[in-house]
Amino acid sequence: MGRYILKRLASAIPVLLGITVIVFLIMAMIPGDPATAILGSYATPENVEKINRDLGLDKPLVQRYFIWLGNMLQGDFGRSFSLNRPVLDEILDRFGATLILAGTSFVLCAVLGIVAGVVSAARQYGLADKAITFTVLIGISIPAFFLGMMMILLFAVKLRWLPVSGMYAIYGGGDLPDLLRHLIMPALALAAVATGVIARLSRSAMLEVLRQDYIRTARAKGVPERRVIYGHALRAAMVSIIPVLGIQAGFVLSGAVYIEIVFQWPGVGRMLVDAILKRDILLVQGGVVFVAACYVLFNIMVDVAQSLLDPRIKT
Amino acid sequence: MSAFLKLLFRNRLAALGAVVLGAILLLVLLIPVLPLKDPNATATADRFLRPFSEGHLLGTDHLGRDLLSRLLHGTRLSLAVGLAAALIAATIGSAIGIVAGYFGGRIDNLIMRGVDMLMAFPYILLALAIVAALGPGLMNALIAVAAVNIPFFARNIRGITVGLAGREFIDAARLAGLGHTRIIVSELLPNVLSTIVIAMSTTVGWMILETAGLSFLGLGSQPPQADLGSMLGEARAALITAPHTSVVPGVMIFLIVMSINLLGDGVRDALDPRLRSGALSRPRATTLVDRTGPVPEDDGKGLLALQQLQTEFHVGKRVFRAVGGVTLHVEKGECLGLIGESGSGKSVTALSVMGLVSSPPGVVTGGAVRYAGEDLLAMRYADLRQRRGENVAYIFQDPLATLHPLYRVGEQLAEAIRCHHKVSESETRERALELLRAVRIPNAESRLGDYPHEMSGGMRQRVGIAMALANDPDVIIADEPTTALDVTVQAQILALLDDLRRERGLAIIFITHDFGVVAQLCDRVAVMYAGRIVEQGPTKAVLAAPAHPYTSRLIACVPELGGGRRELAAIPGLPPSVDDLPPGCAFAPRCDKAQTACRQGEIALEGTGPRAVRCLFPEEAV
Repeated sequence: MGRYILKRLASAIPVLLGITVIVFLIMAMIPGDPATAILGSYATPENVEKINRDLGLDKPLVQRYFIWLGNMLQGDFGRSFSLNRPVLDEILDRFGATLILAGTSFVLCAVLGIVAGVVSAARQYGLADKAITFTVLIGISIPAFFLGMMMILLFAVKLRWLPVSGMYAIYGGGDLPDLLRHLIMPALALAAVATGVIARLSRSAMLEVLRQDYIRTARAKGVPERRVIYGHALRAAMVSIIPVLGIQAGFVLSGAVYIEIVFQWPGVGRMLVDAILKRDILLVQGGVVFVAACYVLFNIMVDVAQSLLDPRIKT
Repeated sequence: MSAFLKLLFRNRLAALGAVVLGAILLLVLLIPVLPLKDPNATATADRFLRPFSEGHLLGTDHLGRDLLSRLLHGTRLSLAVGLAAALIAATIGSAIGIVAGYFGGRIDNLIMRGVDMLMAFPYILLALAIVAALGPGLMNALIAVAAVNIPFFARNIRGITVGLAGREFIDAARLAGLGHTRIIVSELLPNVLSTIVIAMSTTVGWMILETAGLSFLGLGSQPPQADLGSMLGEARAALITAPHTSVVPGVMIFLIVMSINLLGDGVRDALDPRLRSGALSRPRATTLVDRTGPVPEDDGKGLLALQQLQTEFHVGKRVFRAVGGVTLHVEKGECLGLIGESGSGKSVTALSVMGLVSSPPGVVTGGAVRYAGEDLLAMRYADLRQRRGENVAYIFQDPLATLHPLYRVGEQLAEAIRCHHKVSESETRERALELLRAVRIPNAESRLGDYPHEMSGGMRQRVGIAMALANDPDVIIADEPTTALDVTVQAQILALLDDLRRERGLAIIFITHDFGVVAQLCDRVAVMYAGRIVEQGPTKAVLAAPAHPYTSRLIACVPELGGGRRELAAIPGLPPSVDDLPPGCAFAPRCDKAQTACRQGEIALEGTGPRAVRCLFPEEAV
C-alpha cells in the first residue's frame, strides 16, 4: 500500500507540471502589454519598464516559465501588487477558511448523497424514492449562489436563526459554536448540487449492482434483504460512487468561489475574484496553481481509498 | 424518430421540461413585438418598485429599470451565450476527439494527455484564469466557459471514434483511396453526430449556469448590458431591502436549468434500451407470486416437488412463458438431471423454487413448489429466507460473477453460516476450513483470505459448492455448475458432487445441456423444451431408447470419443420464442417427423411407470 501511494504521488508530478504550464500559457495570452494593464493610468514609460524588469517580462517566454517555476518550488509565489504582500502568505492565510467550507460541504454531499441514493434505490418507485428524486431534481437545478441568497433571506433575515454572513461574529464569538453557526448556510448551499448528483449516481449504481449475479447468490444463501442491500450491494456500488466523489470535490471547490462571495466568507475564491477585478496577475496565477495542486492531491487520496475498497485494483 | 419522440413525451417530466423551455423560448423570441419598456431606461424616482406595480409587472431595480423587460432581454442573452458556448465547445472538442481517435498512436496519446491535464482543474479555476488573462467581459466569459468544456467533448467523442476507426467501413474507405479528411468528414462524422448532439443537450444547461455564474461574479457581461447572472449579481446588494430584484432572475435561471435537465434526462432515458425493458428496476427480495388458478394439492411425492409450476416474464405488453407448467420431484439421495438447450426454461424453473427469479419482470403465475410438503410459494419472505441455503441451496454457473468480488472467500463462507446459525467467530472459521477441505481445496487455511479473482475457475466453483454445503442442506440445485470449466476440472467437480450425494444423502437437481454429464451423474433425467418437460425417465432407459424426437436429436449431438469420424447431427433451427408459442408441439417446426396433428391442440405428457413422453409419434413406446 505504501508503495502504491508513492507511485500515485510520483505520477502526479507530470500533472502538476502540466498545470503550471497551462496556467502560465493562459497568463501569457494577456493581450497587449501586461505592465500597462497593471498600471492602468499610471503607465508612464519608466513605470512600464520597471514593472517589466520586476516581473521578468523582458526575458523570453520559456526562460520566464522556468524562473517562475523555480521560484514557486522555493516557496516564492511572487508579490501581490494590490495587497502589497507575498502571494503565498495571502493564500495560506485564506486557504484555511476555504478548506473548512469546502471540506464540510464535501462531507455533507458525500454522506447525504449516498444515503439518499441508496434509500431511493432500495425503495424504488416508493414514496421515499419519489420524494428524493423530486428534491434532487430541484437541488441540481438551483444555482448555488441563488440558493445561498434565498437561504439568507429565509433563515437570516426572516427567521433570524442564523447570521447573515461572515465566518465569525464581529463582537464576541470566535469559538467553535460561533463558527458552526456561520458555517451551516454556506456549507449547505454549496453542497446542494453535488448532493443531488451523487444521489442520482448512487441510485443508479445500486440499481445496476442489485441485478448482478452475486446479489442473487447472497439471496440464495439466505442473507437477509437488509444486509443484501446495505452490505453486499452498497459495497459493490461504492466502487462506482467513489470516483465520482473525486469529480464532485472539484465542483464543490468551484462552487466555493460563488458561496464565498455570497456569504462574505474570507476564502481563496473571493481572493481570486478580487484579484481578477484588480488585474493582480501573480495573485491569480499563484492561487490557481495552489488550489489545483490541492485538488490533484485530493484525487490521489480518492484513488487510494478506491484501492482499499476494491482488491482487484493492482496496488 | 417519431418512436423516439413518442417515448420521450410519454415521460411526463420530460414533457413538462419541454413545455417550460418552449414557453421561455417563445417569450424570448417575441421580445421585438411585446410591448416592453426600454430595459436600460433608468428612472431613479421609481427605484425598487414592488412587483405588480402600475406599469411594471415585475417591479423595478435599483435604477428604476423595468424588471420584466430586463428579465426577458437578460434571458435572451443568457440563452444565446450558453448556446454559443455549447456550440463552440462541441465543435472544437469533437474535432479534437475525432482526430485523436482516428489517428490513434502518438497523436492520440499526446492529445489525451493534454485533455487529462485540463480535466485536473476544477472547472472554475480554469475559467477564472482565462477571464483573468483576457479581462472581464461577456465575450471573454463565453470563451472561458467554452474552453473549460472542450475536454469533456474531446474525451467522449474520442472514445466513440476509437471504436469506429477499427470497423470495416473505415478500412474500406481507406482502401478505396479516400484521404483522411474525406474519411473523417463523410464516414466518421455522421456516425458520431448523434452522440455530439446528446452530449450538447446534457451540457448546455451547465454552460448557461456557468456563464451566469461568471457574470454574477462581475466577470461576465458589463453594465448596462445584463444577462441573468449579472442581474442577480447587481441585485445582491439590495437582497434584504428589495428581495424581488434577486428572486426574479434567480427563478428564471432555475426554470431554464431545470427544464433543460428534465428534457436531457428524458432524451437519455428514451435512448437507453435497458430502461425501456424495465431491466433497471430493482429486483424484489423474492419472486412475485400471482397465482390465478387453484394451488395443486400435496401428492406426497419427493422431498422437493414442483407441481404444474408456471413462471412468466412480463415485459411491457409482452408475456414470455418461460416455464409452462412443469412437474418434477426429487427424492432424498437422488440426482435428477434437467436438460435442454439454452432458453428452454431450465434455469428459470430452478430459480423459481426459492423465489430467486428477478421480479420485475418475473412472476410465478401458477402451480406449487413443495419442500417436505410445505408450499414455498405461499410462504412469507422471512420464512422463505430461512429455508434458502439452510434446506435448499444453489450452485450457480460462472463462479466469477456469482461470488461477490469485494469479499474474501472466508467472509462469504462465514456469512452463509452465520445468517442461519448463531455461532462464534472461531467456530465459524473452523467450519469454513472444514468446508473448503471437504471440497478438496488445497491450502484451505490460506485460501480463506483470498478474493475470488485470485482463484482459478475450478477453485472458485469449489468455493461455490462449499458455500452451498455450509448449512448441510437436504436439496442442492446445481445450475450448470461445470459449464464454464475445462474438461478435467469438470470431471473432478462431478466426482465431488457424486461423493457428497452418497456421503450426505443429498438430493440434487442437476441442470445441464450436456447428455454426457447426465449419463455420468444422474439417476433420472427430465428433458425440457420451450418451457415444458417433453420426456422423463431413468437415465439409462432414456439414453438407451429415447422416445421424444427432440431427446434423440439431443443425444445424437454428443460426440463419442473413439467413435470414429461421423457426421455430428446438429439440430437445425432455433428454439421458439416463448412469447408466442405455436399451438401443439413446440418442437414441430424443427422435427422431421412432424405431421398436421402435431400442430393442433395440447399434447399430454403420458407414459407408464417412471417414463413419460409428450409426443404423438414417439420413437419408442413408453
